[in-house]
Amino acid sequence: MRMKLVGVGGATAMAALRVATGAGNWFSALALGVTLLKCLLIPTYHSTDFEVHRNWLAITHSLPISQWYYEATSEWTLDYPPFFAWFEYALSHVAKYFDQEMLNVHNLNYSSSRTLLFQRFSVIFTDALFVYAVYECCKCIEGKKAGKELTEKPKFILSALLLWNFGLLIVDHIHFQYNGFLSGLMLLSIARLFQKRHMEGAFLFAVLLHFKHIYLYVAPAYGIYLLRSYCFTANKPDGSIRWNSFSFVRLISLGLIVFLVSALSLGPFLALNQLPQVFSRLFPFKRGLCHAYWAPNFWALYSALDKVLSVIGLDDKRFGSAVPAHSPSLSDSLGHPYLHSDRHLGPRGFLRCLILCALSSFMFGWHVHEKAILLAVLPMSLLSVGKAGDASIFLILTTTGHYSLFPLLFTAPELPIKILLMLLFTIYSISSLKTLFRKEKPLFNWMETFYLLGLGPLEVFCEFVFPFTSWKLKYPFIPLLLTSVYCAVGITYAWFKLYVSALSDPPVGKTKKQ
Amino acid sequence: MEKWYLMTAVVLIGLTVRWTVSLNSYSGAGKPPMFGDYEAQRHWQEITFNLPIKQWYFNSSDNNLQYWGLDYPPLTAYHSLLCAYVAEFINPDWIALHTSRGYESQAHKLFMRTTVLIADLLIYIPAVVLYCCCLKEISIKKRIAKVLCILLYPGLILIDYGHFQNIYNSVSLGFALWGVLGVCYDWDLLGSLAFCLAINYKQMELYHSLPFFCFLLGKCFKKGLKGKGFVLLIKLVCTVVAAFLLCWLPFFTEREQTLQVLRRLFPVDRGLFEDKVANVWCSFSVFLKIKDILPHHIQIIISFCFTFLSLLPACIKLTLHPSPKGFKFTLVSCALSFFLFSFQVHEKSILLVSLPVCLVLSEIPFMSTWFLLVSTFSMLPLLLKDELLMPSVVTMMAFFIACATSFSIFEKTSEEELQLKSFSISVRKYFPCFTFLPRIILHLFLFSVITMVLLTLMTVTLDPPQRLPDLFSVLVCFVSCLNFLFFWVYFNIIIMWDSKNGRNPKKIN
Repeated sequence: MRMKLVGVGGATAMAALRVATGAGNWFSALALGVTLLKCLLIPTYHSTDFEVHRNWLAITHSLPISQWYYEATSEWTLDYPPFFAWFEYALSHVAKYFDQEMLNVHNLNYSSSRTLLFQRFSVIFTDALFVYAVYECCKCIEGKKAGKELTEKPKFILSALLLWNFGLLIVDHIHFQYNGFLSGLMLLSIARLFQKRHMEGAFLFAVLLHFKHIYLYVAPAYGIYLLRSYCFTANKPDGSIRWNSFSFVRLISLGLIVFLVSALSLGPFLALNQLPQVFSRLFPFKRGLCHAYWAPNFWALYSALDKVLSVIGLDDKRFGSAVPAHSPSLSDSLGHPYLHSDRHLGPRGFLRCLILCALSSFMFGWHVHEKAILLAVLPMSLLSVGKAGDASIFLILTTTGHYSLFPLLFTAPELPIKILLMLLFTIYSISSLKTLFRKEKPLFNWMETFYLLGLGPLEVFCEFVFPFTSWKLKYPFIPLLLTSVYCAVGITYAWFKLYVSALSDPPVGKTKKQ
Repeated sequence: MEKWYLMTAVVLIGLTVRWTVSLNSYSGAGKPPMFGDYEAQRHWQEITFNLPIKQWYFNSSDNNLQYWGLDYPPLTAYHSLLCAYVAEFINPDWIALHTSRGYESQAHKLFMRTTVLIADLLIYIPAVVLYCCCLKEISIKKRIAKVLCILLYPGLILIDYGHFQNIYNSVSLGFALWGVLGVCYDWDLLGSLAFCLAINYKQMELYHSLPFFCFLLGKCFKKGLKGKGFVLLIKLVCTVVAAFLLCWLPFFTEREQTLQVLRRLFPVDRGLFEDKVANVWCSFSVFLKIKDILPHHIQIIISFCFTFLSLLPACIKLTLHPSPKGFKFTLVSCALSFFLFSFQVHEKSILLVSLPVCLVLSEIPFMSTWFLLVSTFSMLPLLLKDELLMPSVVTMMAFFIACATSFSIFEKTSEEELQLKSFSISVRKYFPCFTFLPRIILHLFLFSVITMVLLTLMTVTLDPPQRLPDLFSVLVCFVSCLNFLFFWVYFNIIIMWDSKNGRNPKKIN
């Protein structure tokens, strides 16, 4: 009897192992593989963002809610919306089993090995939401270009591009941030909209907004799409709006969702009369047009031009001061002419609009951080496996965007990691998309190829040659300047091509119903 | 080749894993006065750079052999010299005579890790890629998967990049792999040259020397000793002699020099085994302390006899029926025999067995994966001493997942797949009901994995009892030894019952 039990137990264990590592389960292999890589990145360099999050753990754990947005012992004050604060609060209850000391508000820059372990594991663990979102996204893309080879299927390529995304890996797991699960929320809401589960999509996005308000950049895309595709329940045969099919019920329910989520988030602070303080923390307009390191956007090009002009002697103060004040409205207006269209373009059109919003806001936004490029890169991956034109734009955007993240990791031990991972992602993404679209015209023209290849010599110069020249002392900012300007050219070019492709996007077929 | 980009991606993943493991601490970090093997490597650069060749292996006021004296063949010394030139260019303090003892800094650690990565990149990784690309019997996808699995083998990564003990194993293993490549594809001279370089880099490669010898001898016999075979034999002898002469040239000038180097390479005074190692003698001494009972020279004779007898059958078969497949399996079984029964075996010598097992990964994926996991596990006490628990667990899991998904190992457990068909047929002549072999093996695998996991958990979480402070290391060695004995029997069965050897003329030419 006992032998039989042992036999049965053994057989079940073997079966479980077999299922877990079965040949068809490439998705779990990819997900597990990247998770293990993230575990190996635990002892790498981390930036001040590590201390930021430790501080927030301490604030939310040790202080009452009324103090959260007033606490200023550390310079890294709480400047994310309330849901993120609650998230840190939840984490802090696990943190106390690792190291109680990190939850003390006065322990500035505390980073014991257990603290490091806890924080790194919290990022890796919350990435589970990102993995789930990628899984859902894979269900949304059609497999019409599917070859017989696993590695040539769009689903496989998309999973690899999203799960092993270089930008996410180094920003989240080295530099230290929580973009993984936030991007997961966004991708999940996009997937739900693709699957016509609009209410869930709206809910998820509302929640996301209250986690990190940077996603306000893409809120107009959601607003217009939901209004257009969900509130207007039917279309005329040629795809334009049937005005009399407007459904008030749907509009009200959407509004209710957004209202309830916001109430849950901001309610307590409204009751405490702290809303102005919260908003001043969330939107610090005093910080200046450009971040400490120049994100490769339009303002970088502008500042570079300004600096060059001032060096030459042609500085004109009037030109410089007029622009910043108009920047927010500039970014809004430049980003969204697409939205004025009344043609029904389906979820794919919505996605294109979303990316355009994110990218436009990156290009022209106020105090943009270079990490914000991920906001555009990740959704763009979904489009890249659909059309060759999108793949080409995606590759330019991604490669330059990822390269622009290099200055974030400036320590010597991390240099091989960032170069190896960048090479890995770039070579894989370009080659796999080229193989996927090999029957169409080549993805890049000679100009684009030349530009992308130029990144190599640029890196060699900035990291290996420049530190040994005499200019290092006189002009230490030159590598940053060169990187920023070079990438800004690429990103602007990609933005422009995307804009053009969005405007000339054909509408969804006439028979498409809501 | 098509899908070159996947191959590049796989190599880049291998390099990334290596570098991230190297970010951890190394053996002897911050532990004066002896520090660890990291310091040994730095010291050798100091010695070879500052002293003339004649003094490298001798005890003198400048070169205290008790403090990490050089005990590897000349090629290691030349390699250290090369690294020392680079070190001198960057920062002479790293190798200044006497004053640089115990030098530790972030920059120096980076330098040492980089030398390992470059050596790996130049010698080991190209050999692996070329080896897998030349395998004609399997699909391109499987070849790429094999490269991934071999590059992810945890044992080599953890020893070379984590523990840093007697590093540059990838150099000697790489040279040996080039040797295997050459000899399997009929570039015998180049292959034997590469293997001579391997032996002259680390003397432990002698574990692989008998199979090389038997295989090449067998080839000469097959070609006929009166004609081409004899010519080949002469050419091989000349190549080997030339290679040795070239490496040992500075030390052949005086008899005393040569003898001293040999004394350093083969320290016969040191005893049957040192520390805890997963071989038969150490495990046997749990029950019976042989080291104390038997006199020294008897120990040497016993170990020699056991080793020689255990590898004799496979070598004879290889000489009579040389084939690349038999050669690879004989490499495994010979190295395993040496590991189990030989003198002064170190834990990391299991890497010499793991390399040939990696080569047969695509032929018997299930057993190879199992063996490679056990081989890494057997080094656990060593790895835990250097706080490499997290990288060990992560790399072992990554390796297991890579092998399991690439080769679907759990579906390849039939008799045919395990290469045990001929054996089972022979046994069934006497015992017709002998059909349960695969199931036994599967259960043994499960049992072995569970034991390994439990022992790891126990070693990490519990403290050993007062009376038996080495309890967990001894248990790890004992369990690993049992596993290795099982594998030794298994591999020898495959070799002896392999009936296809003689019937494959095109592989021998």
